[in-house]
Amino acid sequence: MSARSPSPLARIRAVLLLAIFVLAGAFGGPAIASTADHSRFEALQGPFASGPDVTRACLKCHTEASHQVMDSIHWTWSKQNPATGQMVGKRHTMNSFCGSPISNEPRCTSCHVGYGWKDLQTDMTDPGTVDCLACHDTTGTYTKVPTAAGHPQYEPVMVKGALKQPPDLALIARKVGESSRATCGACHFSGGGGDGVKHGDLDTSLANPPLHLDVHMAPDGANMSCADCHTFRDHQQDGSRFAMTAKDDHGIVAAHEKNAGLATCESCHGAAPHDEDKLNHHVATVACQTCHIPEFARGGIATKTLWDWSTAGRMNEAGKPFTIKDDHGHPSYVSAKGSFEYGENVRPTYAWFNGSVTGTELTDTIDAARPFPINRIGGTPGGEDSRIWPFKVMRGSQPYDSENNRLVVTNVFGNPDAFWSRFDMGVAIEAGMKTAGLPYSGKFGFVETTMHWPITHMVAPAEKALDCAECHTRAEDGRLAGLDGVYLPGRDRTAWLDLLGIGAIAAAGAGAAGHGTLRLIAALRRRNGQ
Amino acid sequence: MSTRVYIYARFERFWHWTQAALVLSLGVTGFEIHGSYSLLGFKTAVEIHSLLVWALMVLWVFAIFWHLTTGEWRNYVPTLRLAPQVMRHYAYGIFRGEQHPWPKTRDAKLNPLQRGAYLGLKLAINPVLWVSGLLYLFSHALPGIDLGTVALVHTAGAYAMAAFVIMHVYLTTTGPTVFAYHKAMITGWEEVHGPHADGK
Repeated sequence: MSARSPSPLARIRAVLLLAIFVLAGAFGGPAIASTADHSRFEALQGPFASGPDVTRACLKCHTEASHQVMDSIHWTWSKQNPATGQMVGKRHTMNSFCGSPISNEPRCTSCHVGYGWKDLQTDMTDPGTVDCLACHDTTGTYTKVPTAAGHPQYEPVMVKGALKQPPDLALIARKVGESSRATCGACHFSGGGGDGVKHGDLDTSLANPPLHLDVHMAPDGANMSCADCHTFRDHQQDGSRFAMTAKDDHGIVAAHEKNAGLATCESCHGAAPHDEDKLNHHVATVACQTCHIPEFARGGIATKTLWDWSTAGRMNEAGKPFTIKDDHGHPSYVSAKGSFEYGENVRPTYAWFNGSVTGTELTDTIDAARPFPINRIGGTPGGEDSRIWPFKVMRGSQPYDSENNRLVVTNVFGNPDAFWSRFDMGVAIEAGMKTAGLPYSGKFGFVETTMHWPITHMVAPAEKALDCAECHTRAEDGRLAGLDGVYLPGRDRTAWLDLLGIGAIAAAGAGAAGHGTLRLIAALRRRNGQ
Repeated sequence: MSTRVYIYARFERFWHWTQAALVLSLGVTGFEIHGSYSLLGFKTAVEIHSLLVWALMVLWVFAIFWHLTTGEWRNYVPTLRLAPQVMRHYAYGIFRGEQHPWPKTRDAKLNPLQRGAYLGLKLAINPVLWVSGLLYLFSHALPGIDLGTVALVHTAGAYAMAAFVIMHVYLTTTGPTVFAYHKAMITGWEEVHGPHADGK
C-alpha cells in the first residue's frame, strides 16, 4: 500500500495543480500558448479537396503524427488487455447495443479517427488517411458524415430544403489546437447511436457542464478537458474502460513520473484526500466514484438502460416501419432497432471491481438459459485488489446463433439484405456473419444480456457526495444492501447477538420493574396496615 | 439510629457522574451506529461516539490510578461475609422495610453483591469494550483483522453494559428513601442507619 497520508508537499502540489486548472479556466484561453501560429503556415492556406489532403499538409511538419495515431486504439479499435491477454475493442468484443461494427463499417467508422475504413477486416496503412481534425478542430465546425466511413462532407447538400455547406477545411486546419470536451465528445458523448446512449456518465451535457454536474469539466469549476486526465503520450491516452485501475496504489503523480498518466482520481488527489481520517479509511475499499458520483445521467440527457432487439422489425398498418415515443419524448420503440428503456439521474449498481474486464468474442460459446453477462468484471468481495465501484448495468436482448450458442453479427446498414432495408433478422444475420467470415447455423434466438459500464465521470461537488447513511443503513434500499465482502456498521449485525442482548436488557428491565412494583405494594401495605 | 458518614470522595463522585454521562452518550450513539434506530444520523453518531470514547478512556486511566494509589481498589475484593443476609435482604427484607444488613463504611462501602457486580464490570465488561473499541477504531490500520468479529464483541459488551446500567439505576432507588443514594453520590455524605451506624 502507498502512504495513506500525503505529505504536506503533496497536498500543496494538488492544490497548486487545481489552482492552475481553475486559473486557466478563468482566463478562458488555451491552457498553454503555442509557439506556432498555424494560421500563418503556407501549407495550411488551402483550399483542400479532402480530409486526407489536410492530413498530408499536417504531416509535412508533424512527421511522426500518423504513425503514432496508427498505433493507438483510436485507430486500431483493438487492444490486448494486459491483465487477461484477451484482444478487446470493437473489432473483437461484443456489446449490448449495436453488437458489432463488422459489416456496418461505413456507418460505425464515422467515429474512426481516419478516412475511408470501409472494411474492419483490413488495416489501413496510408498515413494520409489519419484524421487530424476530428480531435484538433477548435472551431466546432468540423463534423464527419454519419455514413461516410469517417469522411466529412465535401460538397454542398440539400438538407430539409436548405443548402448545407461543407465545413471549411482550410479554415479549420489553420485554427487547429488541443483536443477539447467538444472534439472528444463528438464521438464519445454519442456512443451507441445517440446522445448519452452508452456510458451514462458521458453525454453532451458535459460539453459545458454546470458545476453541480461535473466539478472538473465545468467552465466555472476546474474547466478541464478530457485529455487533462486522459493524458496523451505519442497520441496514446491513459485511462481505459478495458483495463481500469480500480485501486490506485501509486497516488499523486510527480512531474518526473513521465509514464504514470493522470487518469485516476488519486493521480491528483492522492490516497488520503479528505480532511477527516474516517473518510480516508474508506479509500482502501470504496472507489472515489462510489460516493462522489451519486447518480449518473444527471445532465438532463437520458441514457439507454435497455435495448431489446427481439421486438425489432414490426410494421404499422401501412406496412411501414414506425416509432413510438415515451412520455419524455424518447423513442421507446423503433422498428429498425427494437424496444428501449431510458434512465435519468440513475442510481448506480455497485460491485467489487479490480479493474479487469473480460469481453465476449464472436467465437465464444454463451449460455442463453439465463441473462448472459456480455462483459464480466473481475473483483473479489473484500479482496485486496478490489474496491466497491459504481456501474451502469445495461440490459439487452440480442440475436444469437441458437444452434452454435454464439453471438452473431447483424448487418443492419449499407446493403439490400441489411436489417434496415429488409427488416428480416435472419437475412441480416446471415449477411453479417458472411462478411465476418464466421459460421452461422441459420437458426437464431434472442439472448438477454447485461453489460457493466464503470461510472467515473460527472463527479459532483463534495457537498453532494453520498451521505454516510446511504450505505450505513439497514434499509432494504440502502446503496450497498446485499453487497458482501465487508462488515458495514449500521447495515450488518449478528441476529442472535441482538436477540440475546435485547433479551438481557428486557430481563433487566422486567426484573427491576417487578422488584420495584413489589416494593411499592409492600410499602403501601405497611403504611396502611400499621 | 443513624449517622452521617462521608462515603464518596470528590474525585470518586466526579468520576462516577462523568462516566455515567459518557456511558449513556456512548450507548445512545453506539446503538445508532449499530443500526438499532435513527436519531442523530449515522455520521453525527460516529463523530460523537469516536470523540467521547477518548474522554472515557482518559477518565478510566485516571480512575484506575486513583483506585490504585488511594487503596480504594480494596472495596472490590470479593467477600462472602454477610452474603446470605444481603441476598435475603433484597429477596425478602426490603419488602418488610428492614434496614440493609451491610455495615457501610468509607473503607467497606460495597456489599458482597456490589463487589461481585462491579468487579465483573471492571474486569470483564469495561475491558471488552475498551479493547474491542480500540480495535474497531483502528481496524483500517490492522490488516487481517475481521471487523465483523470486532463489532460482534463490541456490541456484546455494549448489551452487557446496558443491562448493567438498568439494574444499577434501579438499585440506586433501594436505599432508605428512593433518592437517598443519589444524594449520597452527589454530596458524598450518606445517612447510615442500623445497629452499625455508630459502631465506628
